[in-house]
Amino acid sequence: MSTPMVSMRGVDKRFGELHVLRSIDLDVAPQEVVVVIGPSGSGKSTLCRTINRLEPIDAGEIRVDGRPLPEEGAQLAQLRADVGMVFQSFNLFGHLSVLDNVMLAPLKVRKVAKATARAEGMALLERVGIADKADRFPAQLSGGQQQRAAIARSLAMDPKLMLFDEPTSALDPEMVSEVLEVMVGLARDGMTMVVVTHEMGFARRAADRVVFMDAGQIVEEAPPAEFFDATRSERARSFLSNVLAH
Amino acid sequence: MTAVIENLDPLLRALGTTVLILVISAAGSLVLGVLITVARVSPIPVLRGAAFAYVQVFVNVPLLALLLLAVFALPDAGLLMPLTTTVIVVLTVYEAAYVAEAVRSGINTVAVGQVEAARALGLRLSQTLRHVVVPQAVRAVVQPLGNVMIALLMNTALAATVGVVELTSAVNKVNLVAAQPIPIFTAAGLTYMALALAIGLAAGRIEKKVAIHR
Repeated sequence: MSTPMVSMRGVDKRFGELHVLRSIDLDVAPQEVVVVIGPSGSGKSTLCRTINRLEPIDAGEIRVDGRPLPEEGAQLAQLRADVGMVFQSFNLFGHLSVLDNVMLAPLKVRKVAKATARAEGMALLERVGIADKADRFPAQLSGGQQQRAAIARSLAMDPKLMLFDEPTSALDPEMVSEVLEVMVGLARDGMTMVVVTHEMGFARRAADRVVFMDAGQIVEEAPPAEFFDATRSERARSFLSNVLAH
Repeated sequence: MTAVIENLDPLLRALGTTVLILVISAAGSLVLGVLITVARVSPIPVLRGAAFAYVQVFVNVPLLALLLLAVFALPDAGLLMPLTTTVIVVLTVYEAAYVAEAVRSGINTVAVGQVEAARALGLRLSQTLRHVVVPQAVRAVVQPLGNVMIALLMNTALAATVGVVELTSAVNKVNLVAAQPIPIFTAAGLTYMALALAIGLAAGRIEKKVAIHR
């Protein structure tokens, strides 16, 4: 078996009294799409954020592409450059145009030539369907457009792994699908993805594996068909019946 | 009004002193204040503590007390400077504390998510500050800094109490001879107002220039 893209062993994390991650073991293979679901406060967002060390962990080990996560500093910055992250609240840089948002990291981190960065940036905006908004500022875009711009910004670094932390949770319902469409496309193109989401439809359609978390633990993991149609754990069954009831 | 016109020459010279004190202390306090803010948000605890202490001391001691202390105590301690220089130094270190507070509040207006996004893209701390935080903080900080500068202008009048002949001191002297308090002090007041207005307008201009497009 090849080296996993992400490997978590015995990962533990507390926020003060709150034990948010309890000895998590998780491997993500290259090109695999892992969807993490679970109730609020189950630790799924925190799990996602530990993978590029936006949240440091208290115990255990995380490896990305075979390398243990370095301490905060230049090496960690280097690793983060190879790991894309898409946030719930988009977090586009408010003072920069959409195209400049996409070009910033290639210019400053990769030291790409400006003309190259611009051409690649435009190509990415084309790919996520907002090339006509290149010169707009984030506040002038709809939520769905902003999130697609944020995905393009991550893709501009040519990441080997993409983390999605509830990418559609802050969106109006009618904008959810345009973002999911882009993500399904990425999954098809073979991107390795860890996706924290409440979108069960996306999990069914694009996931290779569904991971169900509750109270800081991985309760169940299975391919989507098996997970949704032959749920093993009682906890996941009751979660799904609540989520899918409406 | 005749008293003002007859004494125009010394009054203008005094106004020049006021403007000189204002400009040098403004520049000095902006530079020092930004340095204090950098220390205050730095990851080094000693620097953070020192910057915090600095701001607490100068925000909580009256400027007049600081001026009197500097003018009378420093020479006693063997440090003798011209009066105007002493006033400029005191105003600089005093206003720097307020500048630091204004700049820090500006940095706080930049959402945490902006910093996280920058770090997630692989930008180093210095790059994150330079390309993401500062350009956005500046927008929130222009108007408060304008207000600090206007307060600085008003505070230059305290120089009169320690013997510097700036505008307030000069009009006071003219009045002692001419005894026309209404026109004399009105003229002085209008002059301060004009200067404050100029600072406010400049801040408004800068703010428009750096505004976020929406």
